[in-house]
Amino acid sequence: MRTFGPNDFLFILEAARWTLALSLIAFIGGAIGGLVVALSRTSDIPWLRSASAAFIQLFQGTPLLLQLFLIFFGAPVLGFDINPWVAAGVALVLNSSAFLGQIWRGCVEAIPRGQREAADALSLSYRDRMRDVILPQAVRIAVAPTVGYMVQIIKGTSLAAIIGFTEVTRAGQIINNATFQPLIVFSTVAAIYFVLCWPLSLLAAGIERRHRRVLAR
Amino acid sequence: MNYSFQFGAVFAAWPLLLEGTWKTIELSFLAMLGGLAVAIVCAWAKTGGPAPLRWLVNAYIELIRNTPFLVQLFFFFFALPAIGLRWSAHTAALTAMIVNLGAYATEIIRAGIEAIPRGQIEAGLALNLKAHEIFRYVVLKPALKAIYPALTSQFILLMLSSSVVSVISADDLTSVASNLQSQTFRSFEIYIVVAAIYLALALSFSTLFRAVYRRAFDYPDRR
Repeated sequence: MRTFGPNDFLFILEAARWTLALSLIAFIGGAIGGLVVALSRTSDIPWLRSASAAFIQLFQGTPLLLQLFLIFFGAPVLGFDINPWVAAGVALVLNSSAFLGQIWRGCVEAIPRGQREAADALSLSYRDRMRDVILPQAVRIAVAPTVGYMVQIIKGTSLAAIIGFTEVTRAGQIINNATFQPLIVFSTVAAIYFVLCWPLSLLAAGIERRHRRVLAR
Repeated sequence: MNYSFQFGAVFAAWPLLLEGTWKTIELSFLAMLGGLAVAIVCAWAKTGGPAPLRWLVNAYIELIRNTPFLVQLFFFFFALPAIGLRWSAHTAALTAMIVNLGAYATEIIRAGIEAIPRGQIEAGLALNLKAHEIFRYVVLKPALKAIYPALTSQFILLMLSSSVVSVISADDLTSVASNLQSQTFRSFEIYIVVAAIYLALALSFSTLFRAVYRRAFDYPDRR
């Protein structure tokens, strides 16, 4: 048994890049998926609306941990070769697609109906209406909750530790097994997450405050 | 794909699954009650308490909201026993859930308190309502109405995230699934069924909460 030293700290700190990499994959994939979900959810085609509603309900109504287990244990059964990287990436992308889709749907629906009617009156196509009228306005409302959701993504990547993906939490477990100093190890782990998440939380709150001031004016 | 699903072993274990479901509901309800108690005290401290107390509550809220629940769980289960606090996995899990929910619910309740405009209380006074009537009809009911949707969706989030406590071998639905998995090796089937149970729980609770809202709070207001 050894005591917790600088090398152990560096081991945990270096694992932070895998937390960041996984968060980035989840956010980029989730943003693409979320846009598709949000557009389907607000579309005029009934089956697209109900399919995206079912998708959102499925991923918001079940624990992220079980989504991770289903993909990690289910993929080999369906004949795919899978490692913790892919399983964690796919689960987090699908999960963030559902949550971001739901958030962005709210932002699209917050744009006054008159905007859409004006676009229709100008006989803009669906593409032009979305690209030039609705989305540019929706994006401004969406920034604060999206930055806020990034915090949820970073925290969500910790669950990948359970299927053996070595990010910050798993690195902490490994060091804890070697040093038996859980207090300092898990304080370090928590501090790393805090340093990653807190600036984003402050940013989200700041943007939201500014928006409210603009709206109140 | 040449895999044949065999749900037999999973359904044969239905008494275990039922017990696990009940434990998840029980754990979530206890955590909700405890978390609300913590949150009411913290919301009071944050809106009207002295400055050092406000600072402390803010630190607690920021710390909990910016670290993963899993790490908080490890902290309560591994780190605190290392400095002399002996407790079971179940108690550690419940405490972690209470501390976690307390931080989120504080912000929700604070918003509820701030949602009551002063003019509304003054209007109550002008109508010659008694103090307890003002508290009950003018302050409490609109405040509860304002926080009800956020609070109930936080409860459902809490119930879903409680699946993580299975990692420290506390008893819940997911730990039943993990045990069954190691006995029957039907992991895919088990996790499908258990995910479906969670989905059913989430849907039934949100239906129930909506029905309660319609009965208790369905009146027009300014918002």
